[in-house]
Amino acid sequence: MNNMNDPKLFEEPCLKGLEKFEEFAQKAPYLRDNNLKHTRKIVESLEDAIRRSGLKDGGTISFHHGFREGDKVINMVVGVLAKMGFKNLTLAPSSLMSCNHPLIEHIKNGVITKIYTSGMRGKLAEAISNGLMENPINIHSHGGRVHLIQSGEINIDVAFLGVSCCDEFGNANGVSGKSRFGSMGYAMVDAQYAKCVVMLTEDFVPYPNNPASIRQDQVDYIVKVDQVGDPSKISVGAARMTRDPRELMIARYAADVIEHSGYFEQGFSLQTGSGASSVAATRFLEDRMRKKGITASFALGGITGNIVDLHQKGLIDKIIDTQSFDADAAESLRVNRNHMEVSTNCYANPSSKGASVDRMDVVILSALEIDLDFNVNVVTGSDGVMMGASGGHSDVAAAAKLSIVVGPLIRSRMPTILKKVTTRVTPGENIGVLVTDHGIAVNPNRPDVEERLRAAGLPVFTIEELHARSVAIAGEPTDVEFLDKIVGVIRYRDGTVIDVVRQVKPL
Amino acid sequence: MKIVKEALAGTLESSDLLVKVAPSPTDTLEVMVQSEVIRQFGEQINKVVRETLEKMGVTAGQILVDDKGALDCAIRARLQAAVLRGADCNKIEWSRLS
Repeated sequence: MNNMNDPKLFEEPCLKGLEKFEEFAQKAPYLRDNNLKHTRKIVESLEDAIRRSGLKDGGTISFHHGFREGDKVINMVVGVLAKMGFKNLTLAPSSLMSCNHPLIEHIKNGVITKIYTSGMRGKLAEAISNGLMENPINIHSHGGRVHLIQSGEINIDVAFLGVSCCDEFGNANGVSGKSRFGSMGYAMVDAQYAKCVVMLTEDFVPYPNNPASIRQDQVDYIVKVDQVGDPSKISVGAARMTRDPRELMIARYAADVIEHSGYFEQGFSLQTGSGASSVAATRFLEDRMRKKGITASFALGGITGNIVDLHQKGLIDKIIDTQSFDADAAESLRVNRNHMEVSTNCYANPSSKGASVDRMDVVILSALEIDLDFNVNVVTGSDGVMMGASGGHSDVAAAAKLSIVVGPLIRSRMPTILKKVTTRVTPGENIGVLVTDHGIAVNPNRPDVEERLRAAGLPVFTIEELHARSVAIAGEPTDVEFLDKIVGVIRYRDGTVIDVVRQVKPL
Repeated sequence: MKIVKEALAGTLESSDLLVKVAPSPTDTLEVMVQSEVIRQFGEQINKVVRETLEKMGVTAGQILVDDKGALDCAIRARLQAAVLRGADCNKIEWSRLS
């Protein structure tokens, strides 16, 4: 052993700039304390966690929206940040919901001055559409969010990730504890890329917690809170099972289209999204699959109980789940070995090393509006007010072999087919088929599909014919007037700008 | 046709409307239209309401229309029903309603 205290030793060129060993715990003092060693990440309060996170004014905070309308974390954390006097923060959750309306106050007070999100609903969406913010909100897709994070545009300083339970080191999943919500597909991205990860948990479980969707080496601080979310409110909002006969009729047509699309073969893959008719379409697929004697290789995306049902009946081999839309999906992720949890990077990021959407055959998507060029709007209502979410719409439409958009021809007098959509979120060239309660229209760029659907005797029209029909029933809506101010920027999945939303002119 | 008492017709379900009518203390016609699709169909809804009242000879009363995106035919039917109830009318002149 050399004398390390020899002053000449560290003048050797090969040791220049290196540090001398002092003692084993110099850099990790907690190792001297057997209790602290295990609990050093656990902090007393959210305020404590925020102080230690190093968050500063102007920083970026992020959240996952696995609890959807039942989320308690975003409002709680931003409320505390406001009390602590933070200003000028960028809010970058995977999405916002109606339950986030308390954010309006924090935007008015300058706590939040910039927002990135997949979408928003309710009062918050209305207020922002009416010009609440100085900077426009950026709306991205689920895959596009990861792209923006990787490109550095969304530079997360602190991610606040709510979980039902974790161990003392922060190993966590969404399938245990009392507030289970299922896949942590969104949070996995934040855990990987945020500079600091604060985990909010309702409970502690013995080490090691398994499976670790969020791993111990990603978590900086852990704080216990009363409640992170109410899982009973996950299926409120976008994801729901319908009994509406009109929606069921559309769902049946959609199943017909899949059956005769040319892609209904052994080992096909499918995604059904969260809209009422698309969720219901899976119900009608079962008989058709049995009749033909085929099974699907996998279902992707936001997963519902209907997909789980087909999986457990052996009709869908595997499930790739980035978000569980109901309790059945969350429970299936817990118990079924072939129900896989993936991050949104694996799911849909166009610049990922591998996105599952690229292997998709047929997807059923919803739409608020579709135009004569098949462009789709899922963000603004026809009154120009933002009310929905980009979600995985443009991601999977771009990658799937066939994208089917479903929707009623008219809802509450508003025609779904317009000459031009209010806001373009998904480009029309990616949409193959439109299914309505009054018939089916096929994009002229898919003559192969049109031929097969016509041959099967399905009610195929041109989209112009369906549009004329809706005008004959409901009348022609007058155009909504907008001011010049841009309140929303619609980012395509590759980060480019595909459209903007302007402030609605007050009545 | 004179509105002599308060009356209701319709529902607040999507694609329907609720119409409330009441006698006017000043003997004038006051029509108020609220609609979820006022931006896109406001003019058309007002026109249908005006025409329907005119055809029924309603010249006084408070008429409140709360529309949830109903088609013209539904607006006409709900308005007629509310007016007939409010006018306490036993003999209906069907030809004036078509």
